[in-house]
Amino acid sequence: MEQQISRRSFLKGGMAAAAGVAAAGIPGTEALAAPDESKQLATLIDISKCVGCEACVDACSEVNAAKYPNPRKPFPKMVPSRVPVEDWSEKQDVNDRLTPYNWLFIQHAEVEINGEDTELTIPRRCMHCVNPPCVKLCPWGAARQLENGISRIDSDLCLGGSKCKKLCPWNIPQRQTGTGLYLDILPSMAGNGVMYKCDRCYQRVAEGELPACIEACPEGVQTIGPRDEIIKKAHALAREINGYIYGEKENGGTNTIYVSPVPFEELNKAVEKGKGKPHLKPVKDTMAQANNLAAAMLLAPVAGIAAAVGKYFKNARTLKRGSNQ
Amino acid sequence: MNQNFANARVISRPVRWMYLATGFFLVLTGFGQMPIFKRYYIADIPGLGWLAEFFVTHYIHYLGAIVLLALAAYMVADYLMSKRNSWNLTASGYVRIALLTGLLVSGALLVIRNLTGSSLTAGFIIFLDLTHLGLVMVFLFVSLYCLIFKKHWTTRR
Repeated sequence: MEQQISRRSFLKGGMAAAAGVAAAGIPGTEALAAPDESKQLATLIDISKCVGCEACVDACSEVNAAKYPNPRKPFPKMVPSRVPVEDWSEKQDVNDRLTPYNWLFIQHAEVEINGEDTELTIPRRCMHCVNPPCVKLCPWGAARQLENGISRIDSDLCLGGSKCKKLCPWNIPQRQTGTGLYLDILPSMAGNGVMYKCDRCYQRVAEGELPACIEACPEGVQTIGPRDEIIKKAHALAREINGYIYGEKENGGTNTIYVSPVPFEELNKAVEKGKGKPHLKPVKDTMAQANNLAAAMLLAPVAGIAAAVGKYFKNARTLKRGSNQ
Repeated sequence: MNQNFANARVISRPVRWMYLATGFFLVLTGFGQMPIFKRYYIADIPGLGWLAEFFVTHYIHYLGAIVLLALAAYMVADYLMSKRNSWNLTASGYVRIALLTGLLVSGALLVIRNLTGSSLTAGFIIFLDLTHLGLVMVFLFVSLYCLIFKKHWTTRR
């Protein structure tokens, strides 16, 4: 008898309520998850100004050279053997894609503008998402987001599992084997190096300086500022040139806002994509689905208590009925 | 035998099975947050490919957490209202409750960490990650000990 009452009370009452709440999505969660746009710094990249001179790429390499990996060789034998060794140490000069030694590269797109064939060049690097899945879902906290919106990977803590790369909608982080903390733990069995990506020159920014790529650009392609102001500027620029915006809504919003004279659908078709060469497709908010469940977690205990109270009173009624008979 | 029979009734069988199933999926998807299932061929087993999909395991982990929170609240409220006069928690029961509480609290803080605009410090996040993992490892060992040595959560007064 007790089991039947318990099952009915709990399953019908509590779980139905919790499941309903979970399935419906919670109004107000979006407000809870609103980014603080006055604190996060965003960059505006005016694609129409970029001439592809690669001054930004060179400046990035120069300023960040001290942070680049210095792997220990020979690499540990990986277990199981299918774990890929990723070694860029002999290819440090590669600059036509993202690598652990190249955190910014120029993507080329042949498009038609006003009937004329035109080559557009696009600086590509980490988008610095407003709610970055690479940071939030790193199992060790090796990736972190600074208050100013910069997301960076701590090379002293990263074990190189490459989860961040898989989570990133643009697969930005790049791995170098043979370096980092994993060498001191279980080098063959767990970990595989360190993940590297643009940290938007966080040390320079902390000292009030510009990121190297912005400072070095002779054309003033990039502008940096509070996200809300950058978004306004991006919209003003888009109106002015009859252009298009990328990065404002992608993955729930990023801190890298591109403005292009041609639709990003066209740009995405025109650019070379692949390993270390990110796309320009629309991206849904990858963290939103799970975060919508957060409010249901607040209601779940209420549902559980309601089920227990329901069971208690139902038990009491049954007992009373029994004693009356 | 008497204790087993008595213990089986302090929590109904459906609730017990729901707790075990939820715990199983929470542990599975929790370990799935580390990139190990693909590396060690587990995700290659037909039907288990989803274990290598981090957003999927993350979502299922949240669903499991919702069910566990509801179950925990139900069991605590049910115990306080109907059972505490006839049942006592055992020492191993207290230990497991303390560990589960730690898991729920550290998990809740990690959920807050995952919201947009959360401002937990990097050091505290590392502490939370390691605490959550450490607590589940201890909880699994304690549960195994209790299973082997037939330690129950409660005993009759």
